[in-house]
Amino acid sequence: MIELRSIHKQFGTVKALQGVNLRVRPGSIHGIIGENGAGKSTLMKILTGFISRTSGTITFDGREISLKTPEEARSLGIGMLYQEPLDFPQLSVLDNFMAAAADGNPARQQQVLARLCEKFGFELKPKACQEKLTVGERQQVELMRLIRDKCKVLILDEPTTGISQEQQELLFEALKKLRDEGTAIILVSHKLAEIHSLCDRVTVLRHGKQAGEQERPFDEKGLLQAMFDTLPTKSSRPAQKKIGRPILRMDTVSTKAGRVGLHQVNVTINEGEMVGLAGLDGSGQSVFLQIAYGLLEPEQGRVSTPVAEKDVVMRVFLPADRLREGLIAGLTIREHHLLAGKSPFFLTAASGRTTAEQAINTYSIHGTPATTAERLSGGNQQRLLLSLIPEEARLILLEHPTRGLDVQSGQWTWQHLRAHLPENGAIVFASPDIEDIMEQAARVLVFFNGRILLDRPTDQTSYREVSLAITGRV
Amino acid sequence: MDSSASVSRAGSTLLQVIGIMILAAGAVCLLLIALDFSPTAIVGAMFSGSLTSWLKFSQTLSIWVPLLLCSCGLLFTFQAGLWNIGVEGQVVMGAIAATILLRLPETTLPPTLILIGSLTAACIGGSLWGILAGLLKNRGGVNEIFGGLGLNFVAQGIILYLIFGPWKRAGIASMSGTDIFARDLWLSMPAGWRVAPIALILAISVFLFSLLLLNRTRFGLRVKAVGINARAAQLFHIRPERYGLLAILIGGGMAGLAGGLQVIGVYHRLIPAVSSGYGYLGLLVVMLAGYKALPVPLITLFFAWLAAGSIQLPIMLQIDSSLSGVIQGACVLSALLVHGLRSVRQR
Repeated sequence: MIELRSIHKQFGTVKALQGVNLRVRPGSIHGIIGENGAGKSTLMKILTGFISRTSGTITFDGREISLKTPEEARSLGIGMLYQEPLDFPQLSVLDNFMAAAADGNPARQQQVLARLCEKFGFELKPKACQEKLTVGERQQVELMRLIRDKCKVLILDEPTTGISQEQQELLFEALKKLRDEGTAIILVSHKLAEIHSLCDRVTVLRHGKQAGEQERPFDEKGLLQAMFDTLPTKSSRPAQKKIGRPILRMDTVSTKAGRVGLHQVNVTINEGEMVGLAGLDGSGQSVFLQIAYGLLEPEQGRVSTPVAEKDVVMRVFLPADRLREGLIAGLTIREHHLLAGKSPFFLTAASGRTTAEQAINTYSIHGTPATTAERLSGGNQQRLLLSLIPEEARLILLEHPTRGLDVQSGQWTWQHLRAHLPENGAIVFASPDIEDIMEQAARVLVFFNGRILLDRPTDQTSYREVSLAITGRV
Repeated sequence: MDSSASVSRAGSTLLQVIGIMILAAGAVCLLLIALDFSPTAIVGAMFSGSLTSWLKFSQTLSIWVPLLLCSCGLLFTFQAGLWNIGVEGQVVMGAIAATILLRLPETTLPPTLILIGSLTAACIGGSLWGILAGLLKNRGGVNEIFGGLGLNFVAQGIILYLIFGPWKRAGIASMSGTDIFARDLWLSMPAGWRVAPIALILAISVFLFSLLLLNRTRFGLRVKAVGINARAAQLFHIRPERYGLLAILIGGGMAGLAGGLQVIGVYHRLIPAVSSGYGYLGLLVVMLAGYKALPVPLITLFFAWLAAGSIQLPIMLQIDSSLSGVIQGACVLSALLVHGLRSVRQR
């Protein structure tokens, strides 16, 4: 039995975990659910020794343990199956299986591998190269390695992301077998269906705190309420602009890019629309935006801009990781404006200074034309990006427009976007925050596993419906 | 606010340069003492060997010209975020392209025209060789380091083939190169000079051109943006591949010009070692300069002085001239160390 008592974890001023308790019995599957940023990953990293807790105690079979290093966790029999398998792609399946094995005899290890494969119904060729395998198969190799090492506590982080239905069934069967043999299993997931079909007990985390705990049979409504903040009384949504002609159309667009790809997406975005993309991180929203902008080419299907007769629809894309993907570190505010605008071929130290100064005033950016992008705070970086959007832009695509911003900067950003929604254009933004979408957008698209599960005007759906769709229920 | 920031930046750069020099000088002195040489005697010999007369100084300048040209070319590729290791090959192809025109059968064309033509051909030869590496990267997914290195070997093979094959001297083929060109196809050089004034003027013009293009044009800004963050540059409607290719085209052209000038102005024939490692040395120069244009002429002058001065070492002190390589290496390592320490401290 592993027991965590009153676990706190603080990163600088950020409280990632605040007094979380968790008890996992041998021979049971314990679910951990919660939104992005709820603290699930932090908790698991503490359990596997990758990060140390600020305070709290952990006991394992009644003995208090420190869990300061991954080695310690491993020697105690705590093993984790990561969302992105930690393996050596260039090596063979057998080599990967043998990694860190106490017994390094290839012939014997191959027998062990064959026995385990048979037991769980996996079909793996020992000589195959790991990088040729699917995510699901790589996961199977990892899982068997953990089982061989007599893992007593098995942690799985979103194990069904990116694997096939068949592989999922095999995995679930394997997990049930392991449970019946006495392994304590912790399943981190945001999919309620998985929790229902596998778990004996579930803990809900929200904002680093324990928001609920249930035994089987689960009460779905209670779980959802614990997972998501309750909806505050709806603030008056901005007056709906007149919906115009279609500005962007995707016909059966599919791609394998991103964590889960995009499957058969059919969407039309119209002039005057403010569309919010909901979904857990990596459910396809980013890929959707990148395809809409043209950074990615879809592998199948067609993206068209029906209104553009001759003139191309001017698009802009504001990525979530502003400094790494949107701005150019080392270049100044002035230089960013020179790059974004129509500048003459020859430049002087004064070129673009007036534009930059105007932008600094209009957008209240704390800086001078000579301030480099990396010296700006997150909010000011976002203001700079917004100030770079040209007047003619007709399709404004944003990824997490308020990520990392304080409340004031966030509100300012929304106000600005609403005020600048072009008559003949549209704004599409992805946000992990359902409230933001319900408040700001006129239409919501919910992404789940690379598909659009729900496409509704926000006044014809509910917070509950959207949050269910995020977890894969329609 | 603008100017005070730039003053403090200039100040910190100056401090850094002083740090590098102290560190490099210290390391070299220690090394020399360990090898039982007197540092002062060596520096003295190098000074008297290179700075005591115009003839000797112009010898230094003749090394400065190709090194400055290669370094200017590398400024563009480094700014675009590319490791253009193929400069050597670009120099060689420039030299070959220049030689093709110089070896044309007797014509009535005025020599000046042939010279201008062959220098142009040298630029084009170097550019094409650079673009090849760029296309290998853009279209074939071959990293420019490997592509450039591979192309260096190919260029070296081609030049050896030409010198020992189709272009060999009447009767014999030798490492000393092709037949010497007709006198009127040499760049004119005043008596007491070891460097052609035209070559000097060209090198300085190329440097000024680079300075202007990189720091005072939209093109330069875009190249810089691509080099820092190609992904973000795309959002500014800049195509990274295109600017990378343009940068390597310009860089290759400058390296090719260096090759052409070596053939026309220095050796007056095509020799196998026409590139003399200036391409690789240029990489070090630009790194030392912190990828900025302004310090490049001085740093290249310093390296040229080291190379020219060290020629005196065997004559005056019976020390092999390869010692200059040790000094060069110590300087570069010191510079990298100072840069590295600074970024470690900033983390």
